[in-house]
Amino acid sequence: MKIQLLTIILLTSVSARAQNDLINLLNDSTANKKQDITATFKTTRIITGQSVELNHGGGLNVVIQHRFGTINSGVYEFFGLDRASIKLNLELGITNRLNTGISRSSIGKYYEGYLKYKLIKQKEGGFPLTIVAYSSMGIDSRRWTSQNSDNLFSSRLYYTHQILIGSRITPSLSVQFMPTIVHRNLVPTRADKNDVFIMGIGGRQKISKHVSINAEYYYVLPNQMSLGTDALYHNSLSVGFDIETGGHVFQLHLTNSRQMSDKGFLTETDGSWTKGDIILGFNIARVFTVYQWKKDW
Amino acid sequence: MKKTTLLLLLIGSAIVTTAQTTKYFTRSAHIDFYSHTPMEDIKADNDQVSALLNLVNGEFVFTCLIKSFVFPKALMQEHFNEDYMESDKFPKSTFNGKIKDLSKIDFTKDGEYSVLVDGKLTMKDKTNEIEVPGTLIIKDGKITARSKFKIRPEDYNIHISAMVKEKIAKELEINVDAVMEPFKK
Repeated sequence: MKIQLLTIILLTSVSARAQNDLINLLNDSTANKKQDITATFKTTRIITGQSVELNHGGGLNVVIQHRFGTINSGVYEFFGLDRASIKLNLELGITNRLNTGISRSSIGKYYEGYLKYKLIKQKEGGFPLTIVAYSSMGIDSRRWTSQNSDNLFSSRLYYTHQILIGSRITPSLSVQFMPTIVHRNLVPTRADKNDVFIMGIGGRQKISKHVSINAEYYYVLPNQMSLGTDALYHNSLSVGFDIETGGHVFQLHLTNSRQMSDKGFLTETDGSWTKGDIILGFNIARVFTVYQWKKDW
Repeated sequence: MKKTTLLLLLIGSAIVTTAQTTKYFTRSAHIDFYSHTPMEDIKADNDQVSALLNLVNGEFVFTCLIKSFVFPKALMQEHFNEDYMESDKFPKSTFNGKIKDLSKIDFTKDGEYSVLVDGKLTMKDKTNEIEVPGTLIIKDGKITARSKFKIRPEDYNIHISAMVKEKIAKELEINVDAVMEPFKK
């Protein structure tokens, strides 16, 4: 009798375990490899500067950027709206890790070309940072103001190099650091350094699935500009919204940087928040798929 | 007395062994879904679905990672994960079902059967009871399960924003194809 009871208990426990285990068994065997953390930012820019986001392979991103005049210029300038400047960008995701782009800025008649490469991807439960290298070259295409001086083509060129270090800390909060160097072949005075070192910090906080608040600040390390220009130029500070509509990303912001070219907003920001030189601006980005890129890299 | 216990243990372990060989399994089942609207056709594929079938009681379980769905456009994939499925919060989808009329299926020889599977489909934080028609094909020691059914995104707390409403169908067509082999531990 006792033995029979034992048998029943034994058998039922065995079969019961087998049933409950089915889903656990499956969960255990579902490939549990570490997934990449994606979408640290909604688009390739936080505001004016680059984000750790790249276009996917085969994606052509058309970005139209506008900045107006300062709001404190009053009703005569229609609070800055009379003074629109524009930067047009074409960006191509060659692969998921390598991007290139060209742009034209109305201020300075600058042309820029860049390469952007994703060195390291942030992983779920793995390495906590996404690290991207960014390098751009720019050409000042304005006519020379003086025909008498020695006007070299190389004087038109400038370069910007950045390491973008970003982390999506929570699904809605991301931060980024961007150590930056801008090299100018020609500077206004002897006291101005050709190489300008800048430290940037930025981030975003999602407030809904489609909207986030963004901010970025670029601090120009001291004693790199002549006194005159130092007083003239300020650190770039911008705050704004990302609004994603499904096809487009709209970025609407307030900034003290009228310029959008790399050299322009990093080293020639002439507005000051404390003086009220606040500028309204927006970016519109739209990605077109021009070819299929199935590979992981 | 001791002999009987030993015998019982032997029987017990024998049952465990048979229970294991009566399970069929794959890690590379295929699920795709298809959305058709006049504006746009969207299809996404997942080739890394796990499926497990217990022949003894007809229990049939599927699980997949949401992030493993591959879209033709990378941006669609991003929106799918970020906005609609929130795959950071809800990384997996599971189906836990049972085959009806299990007795009519003879797993010991080749054959093809139309079956109904009753079960719970979990996506995001929502679980719904569904009944899914399908085909079971037993051939060369493998069991293939195929099914086609429809689900409504709104039944699973998937809210399509107004701006893309015309591009995403109210009902999605789900296609399942799993070729399972005997499960060995």
